Amino acid sequence: MATAPKETNKAAQEVLLRVENVTKIYDGTVKAVDDVSLTVMKGEIFALLGGSGCGKSTLLRMMAGFETPTKGKIFLANQDITNLPPFQRPINMMFQSYALFPHLSVWENVAFGLKRDGMPKDEIADRVEKMLSLAQLNKYAKRKPHQLSGGQQQRVALVRSLAKRPQLLLLDEPLGALDKKLRETTQLELVNIIEEVGVTCVLVTHDQEEAMTMASRIAVMSEGYFLQVGAPDAVYEMPNSRKVADFIGNVNIFEGKIEEDEPDHVTVRCPECVHYVGHGVSGHPGMDVGVALRPEKIMLSKDKPNGDYNWCAGEVIEIVYFGAHTTYHLKLDSGKVIKAQELNNTRDLSCGLTWGDRAYASWNNLAMVVLTQ
Amino acid sequence: MAKTSSFFTSLSAGRLAVIGVPYFWFLLLAAIPLLIVLKISLSEMESTSISNMIDWSHGWPRLTLNFASYQFLATDSLYIKTYISSIKYALITTLLCLAIGYPFAYYMARSPKHMQPTLLMLIMLPFWTSFLLRIYAWKTLLVSNGVINNILISMHIIDTPIEMMNNSFSLLLGMVYSYLPFMILPLYANLSKMDMRYLEAASDLGTSPFKAFWLITVPLSKAGIIAGSMLVFIPAVGEYVIPELLGGSSTLMIGRVLWDEFFSNNDWPMASAVAVVMILLILVPMGIYNKAQAEQMEGK
Repeated sequence: MATAPKETNKAAQEVLLRVENVTKIYDGTVKAVDDVSLTVMKGEIFALLGGSGCGKSTLLRMMAGFETPTKGKIFLANQDITNLPPFQRPINMMFQSYALFPHLSVWENVAFGLKRDGMPKDEIADRVEKMLSLAQLNKYAKRKPHQLSGGQQQRVALVRSLAKRPQLLLLDEPLGALDKKLRETTQLELVNIIEEVGVTCVLVTHDQEEAMTMASRIAVMSEGYFLQVGAPDAVYEMPNSRKVADFIGNVNIFEGKIEEDEPDHVTVRCPECVHYVGHGVSGHPGMDVGVALRPEKIMLSKDKPNGDYNWCAGEVIEIVYFGAHTTYHLKLDSGKVIKAQELNNTRDLSCGLTWGDRAYASWNNLAMVVLTQ
Repeated sequence: MAKTSSFFTSLSAGRLAVIGVPYFWFLLLAAIPLLIVLKISLSEMESTSISNMIDWSHGWPRLTLNFASYQFLATDSLYIKTYISSIKYALITTLLCLAIGYPFAYYMARSPKHMQPTLLMLIMLPFWTSFLLRIYAWKTLLVSNGVINNILISMHIIDTPIEMMNNSFSLLLGMVYSYLPFMILPLYANLSKMDMRYLEAASDLGTSPFKAFWLITVPLSKAGIIAGSMLVFIPAVGEYVIPELLGGSSTLMIGRVLWDEFFSNNDWPMASAVAVVMILLILVPMGIYNKAQAEQMEGK
């Protein structure tokens, strides 16, 4: 997506938001956020990704000022905002189900924040017009929120939070209320609007696709702390733990022990097969590791592959057809079930496998990630 | 086929019965009595009985409508003054109930969930005692040698009793006291349902809590304010017991005039005319207001 150029010039930019060792404890015992630190660069779109109850929303609400951290500090442009109330922060938020004021028109909703700042009337009118045209909502200006479709409401919510030109924009599950088809188009509209304005964003989502397509960096959260922070491709291709590998996309994890440990390769012996990994790993022979292998990196065939490494055999027990690709469930001789995903690049199902067939799964020596934790 | 159709007929008969009950109730206890009152108001008092509206003595029906009562109502300034005075007291009562009831309802709606049933109970508690009894109780509290004056005198705060009875103070006190729950309950129902995210959104957009209350909470509770005000204002206009027991002779309320016409003057057409005009005075503005509301909800 549009993430690559941002990633390259990130180093030249300044830090906008700094979260320092923030902890939030509810009712004296429940740790919602556990010692989290993070920096967000100016112009970045940063995603907090995790399942429900992982603390991502609590962290976002602390940035907005609706919750105060039990411990730790939050800085915006080097200014300590930890105890600043929400209405004094140059941060605006787009709420999960938009929270558009039902008694005000679209125009008044967008103008709401500007009026509170005591902006002159003609300037407000100018700004609101600009914002509405950004979201292509001009002709709906007089409507009430309940007279708009879900996608239109979402755009009103977005431009309302952008109208004050906040230094930081917070998005709480921005596409959560939309259906799948609408999400795809809206996602791009959203990113386009945000990039046009050039605002720094922190977004919260439980949807990995949403995080990957929109964000330049992702923090994967679980049980109140960060499992991994990185660019979407890094988090997907180089997960640092079983939890991250498992949370982002589908993955087969083989449990085994390191056998050979060389600077340019390692071999991992598992009950099902031997993995030959074409790069070094920080570990030692005999160490217990997991080998993560994504289903789309596995090739299936009826013929036995050559060589001693990186293949295994099993019976096809399930075939799930998705249109663009098909997922085969393979029951290995050890009893373990792995998933392999084949692209349907011809109109007949190319590899010709069916239920009960014996199939060989193989992969190349850079396809897998060795997980030490 | 025959089976399903009989099923549907029995279903529609059941539906008819369910829908019919409130209509029957309305017809029997509201519409017909109202029409009778309207009829009486257009008749004439003939010594002890009311004149017939339709006269058959000539062999054909002759309809006589007598507007004398309405004419008298419009020309005698006493009635007009009393109507204005009734509406004034009802309005003041409504505003006082709103001013006291809103903070109360707001506090209830925002207090911890486990406290709310208790607070609700406190609002309902007075209903366990008869309304009449509670008004009499106020009388004993407020009279010159009543509880409040006696305490104040014995504490040497005052030398002579304060005149608290039989004036607009005692009238309004009784009215506000009696009608306050009818203001609080719809307001509480409305405020407790309010989505707190609107307040968060307002705060996020730079609104202080005080301003957010006026810009978000109050407009969003409009339906509750209207419902509560209607529930207080409408019965307050025609209130009879409270002005009779606490208001004294100096406070004019239409309910008492009605009573006098019916039972002292025995002029039923006049009393009915007073009642009809009172209903119109309340219904017409309400109808206009409701229509405007409905149009606004359409949002065009």
